[in-house]
Amino acid sequence: MFSNIRPLIGVLALQGDFREHLETLEFMGENCCLVKDINSLNQIDALIIPGGESTTLSKLSKAFDLFEPIRNRIQSGLPTYGSCAGMIMLADEILEPASGQESFGGIPMLVRRNAFGSQVESFEQDLDIAGLTYFGNDKSASTKYRGVFIRAPWVEKVAPEVEIMASVEKTGVSHPVMVRYKNLLATSFHPEITADSRIHGFFVDELVKKARV
Amino acid sequence: MTSSQNSSSESSTITALVGTARVKRGMAEMLKGGVIMDVVNVEQAKIAEDAGAVAVMALERVPADIRAQGGVSRMSDPSMIDAIKAAVSIPVMAKARIGHFVEAQVLESIGVDYIDESEVLTPADYEHHIDKWKFNVPFVCGATNLGEALRRINEGAAMIRSKGEAGTGDVSNATTHMRKISGEIRRLTSMRDDELYVAAKELQAPYALVKEVATTGKLPVVLFTAGGIATPADAAMMMQLGADGVFIGSGIFKSGDAAKRAAACVKATTYYQDPKIIADASRGLGEAMVGINVADIPVPHRLAERGW
Repeated sequence: MFSNIRPLIGVLALQGDFREHLETLEFMGENCCLVKDINSLNQIDALIIPGGESTTLSKLSKAFDLFEPIRNRIQSGLPTYGSCAGMIMLADEILEPASGQESFGGIPMLVRRNAFGSQVESFEQDLDIAGLTYFGNDKSASTKYRGVFIRAPWVEKVAPEVEIMASVEKTGVSHPVMVRYKNLLATSFHPEITADSRIHGFFVDELVKKARV
Repeated sequence: MTSSQNSSSESSTITALVGTARVKRGMAEMLKGGVIMDVVNVEQAKIAEDAGAVAVMALERVPADIRAQGGVSRMSDPSMIDAIKAAVSIPVMAKARIGHFVEAQVLESIGVDYIDESEVLTPADYEHHIDKWKFNVPFVCGATNLGEALRRINEGAAMIRSKGEAGTGDVSNATTHMRKISGEIRRLTSMRDDELYVAAKELQAPYALVKEVATTGKLPVVLFTAGGIATPADAAMMMQLGADGVFIGSGIFKSGDAAKRAAACVKATTYYQDPKIIADASRGLGEAMVGINVADIPVPHRLAERGW
């Protein structure tokens, strides 16, 4: 480890619930900041892409000249976590994208936007997350995690090397809703609007801090 | 790639809960920092989406036309809303008249993402608002002060917008209402516990919600602003006054170059703290909507007076 022991985790703040991600990181005592421009992007050691509207995030990051820089940093190994719209932004392929919509990419998967339907179909339910007992000191802690899905995407197809950490069954078919691949983590659901910080904890411990040792 | 259907990871099959307060309020959280634009047809909806709007409000006439043409203003034709839903992938909102719970049922049944129980339309009930807890679709409601906001939240609103004065291009009432709501919130946070009972009485709002606001220092739902926003600087000022995001009604499609103005307002909303960026966004936008001074509108014709 170097003099700056605590990595700086940035939250992309173009649009969406970036403040909730920031508050979760602050609650955990992490070193964190909002990312709105190229200067802050260059300073961070890890990135969170928040929930929001994926179409809007895609268009704004291009309009504000952040699209290529973010894509490049992700490709060169920046630990990055995306929730909901963030998951879409981390997918190599988007099924039926809006006109002009592109993702940063990084995870070899195909995502379907608004996969569960419109807002009236949005839901919450308990998820079984593979390896969740790992988190925290309490090994006996529940493996259940309350997933909040809001106009959420799911993973339609995924390369075999991508680790599927949780899935949701819909009409007899299992759809991945949490995946990990190299430096990247993505969830269809929104841990940031719950009081449960275990997903953020997993990201920081497994993807951010281990990457620096 | 392999199909996800073959995945062996454990799958969660527990019954999902739809329409919970968290899901409805959370939807509004995802719109934060964004601009929601009024559109009257597919073409405008696409311009809004391309400009980076986070959602569109589908309606037949923008408030400026409702104001100019008069008459009773109602829910839009479901076919028109369907066409807009088909044309864009961002969320589509639609307006129901205050108290018109059947218009709301209709809008829910056609799958709009959010219902605005709106004073811009002619009220259908001068005593009751819609019981919004009965719906799975979330509602946004207007408010001019904290008491009104909390009454709407008590009825199930999952998002609040300050009312301003719609269809004017005059931002003064939006400013007044944002300052009023945030000032009243700040006042609550400075009170002793035993003073909150009186505050609840004076605000005409449920004590539990008053207590919650006093503890957290914010509304329990997202607060957008609306009514009279016409320029990038207007939008940025509302953000600096504490709005989570901005509704722009007549301000965009009643102006000279709608696409450019829409993108400029989005940019100013994202970078609301950076005057240089707001200056750049304000350059060469062409003609802004002409507008009316709120002071010139007789009080009975002011939309913000509707709702209670």
